[in-house]
Amino acid sequence: MTTTTLTRPEAAVPGRSSGSDAAGHRRRRVLHWIAVHSVAVALALFFVLPFVFVFLTSVMSDGQAMSGDLWPDSWHWSNYTAVLDTPGFLGWWRNSLMYALLGTVFTVCSSVPVAYALAKFRFRGRRTAMILVISTMMLPPQVIIIPMYLVWAQQFHLSGSLWPLIIPMAFGDAYSIFLLRQFLLTIPQEYIESAKVDGCGEFRTLLKIVVPMAKPGIAAVALFQFFYCWNDYFGPQIYAAQNPGAWTLSYGLESFKSAHAVNWNLTMAATLLVMAPVIIVFFFAQKAFVEGVTLTGVKG
Amino acid sequence: MAVSLSTSAKSAGRAAGPAPRNSPLRRKRNRQRLRTLGFLSPWLVGFSVFFGYPLIATVYFSFMHYNQIKEPTFVGLRNWRYVLEQMPLFGPALWNTLWLVVVMVALRVVFGLGIGLLITKIKSGVGLFRTAFYIPYLAPPVAATVAFVFLLNPSTGPVNEMLSWIGLQGPGWFNDPDWSKPSLVMLSLWGIGDLMVIFMASLLDVPKEQYEAAELDGAGAWTKFRYVTWPAITPIVLFAVVTGVVQTMQYYTQALVAGKLASGVSIGPGTVIQPGYPDHSTLTVPQLVYSMGFQNFNTGAACVLSLVLFAIAMAVTLLLMRKSVGLIPAED
Repeated sequence: MTTTTLTRPEAAVPGRSSGSDAAGHRRRRVLHWIAVHSVAVALALFFVLPFVFVFLTSVMSDGQAMSGDLWPDSWHWSNYTAVLDTPGFLGWWRNSLMYALLGTVFTVCSSVPVAYALAKFRFRGRRTAMILVISTMMLPPQVIIIPMYLVWAQQFHLSGSLWPLIIPMAFGDAYSIFLLRQFLLTIPQEYIESAKVDGCGEFRTLLKIVVPMAKPGIAAVALFQFFYCWNDYFGPQIYAAQNPGAWTLSYGLESFKSAHAVNWNLTMAATLLVMAPVIIVFFFAQKAFVEGVTLTGVKG
Repeated sequence: MAVSLSTSAKSAGRAAGPAPRNSPLRRKRNRQRLRTLGFLSPWLVGFSVFFGYPLIATVYFSFMHYNQIKEPTFVGLRNWRYVLEQMPLFGPALWNTLWLVVVMVALRVVFGLGIGLLITKIKSGVGLFRTAFYIPYLAPPVAATVAFVFLLNPSTGPVNEMLSWIGLQGPGWFNDPDWSKPSLVMLSLWGIGDLMVIFMASLLDVPKEQYEAAELDGAGAWTKFRYVTWPAITPIVLFAVVTGVVQTMQYYTQALVAGKLASGVSIGPGTVIQPGYPDHSTLTVPQLVYSMGFQNFNTGAACVLSLVLFAIAMAVTLLLMRKSVGLIPAED
């Protein structure tokens, strides 16, 4: 992109004096265009073809799905209804949705005030607190899982449900706190000061001034958390494995495949049904999403 | 946190020392301290209950024999010795985790940067290509893994089918110990979307004038990349490496699901299968923690493994973070 806009005016000057030079330049540009776009198309195939094959297999007949065929002889849309009719499948949907929605609401409500304090208050130990937040973020969840599980199972008798995963989200999530803080840093201090001059308390300032201004950041964090819960496999495996009534889609899908070992068509239909909500949400919230991803890396 | 709180209280008290006991200044300071504590309270509770306590408990259990039914008994270093000297799966698991950390992170960064560069060069249909490259990142890991186990099925999968069209005999992919980790790497490259977006944003931030100046000096594509692009994006590359290492240290779901499904063993509840099919080639340290703690009920050994994972993760992160700018906020 940059290179062409830069070279074009330069090339135009000698181009006027000798026509062949300009033609050569144009030819180089066309070749460059072809090269870049053929690489891009080849790569796009790598990214898109898996979806295409999964879809094509999902509508094959039982027999054909076991063969190496790529194109369905006849289209069996009933595979999708068969998946939805599988006992438990709709329950997994409900559980996933509950985990993701409650988890997201809890995380946002508890993380916003913490991130605000870390971004805007000046107090001793602020840097230490920030380093601790980042360390928590870096810690593999498996490191503390055993005592955590023992507490939830033995003290609270909550194993076999998703509550051990949802309740902690009401106490701040390190990753969300980190992202929100990065975003809140960009809100000019003057807005906050002027709210205080108008007699707003800290909490009112946060609700009335900061939250509305931080909407894009909050949206990004909410989306990330929603996706995290929706995709989580480890958590449900630890706490919900023994109770199929509490399984989520991500956890149930794997057992679905095990139960339908040879029925690749049903498994692929189920796989697409697990992917679909996330991808639909993405198309509606594309902007917030991309903003969130860049926020993680670009702004220091 | 306990440490930082007590120091903050102490030093604030010291600073407030000369002020008389009930001065307005002092009252204001107290109010501010309470306010800060109030806003931080969700995290203070969360940090101590869901992080501090279990971490200490993990250390405690690593010195105990505990099968989760009878009371724990103290066994000294026996769990540590068992894991580090005798446990047959510890070596392969550590090797696999480190292999993935090195190969997967390196390839992801190179591939992500390559795609980012390519996108900045595309002139027609940028939006379409960008979406196509990004979407797989959104696929839930379990769903993506199930899809790849199908695609790479050695006998009937579409990939080997297409390879056979051009007369190639495809490998065993997830069913071959030599190919299972590379297959996982392919799966992770398919979901490169997050890195692509980060690199794209940072590449577009490089000042155009610098390219212009380099071109006037007659710089070619490689020279421009080496002396203009690379210095500008180094912090982002470092960030990508740090987060990549952190993610790969906890690599669990994809390896577990791929191993289980490729093995073809149908798993009912309560069935225990050897993890890491084929030949432990996909067994990672987090999987070993799970299988020790939740399948063998050897709490002590599982906690030792957790702490080993913790130590490596911390060491690697600290090492990389010391060089990374912008991740740790400066005191202002």
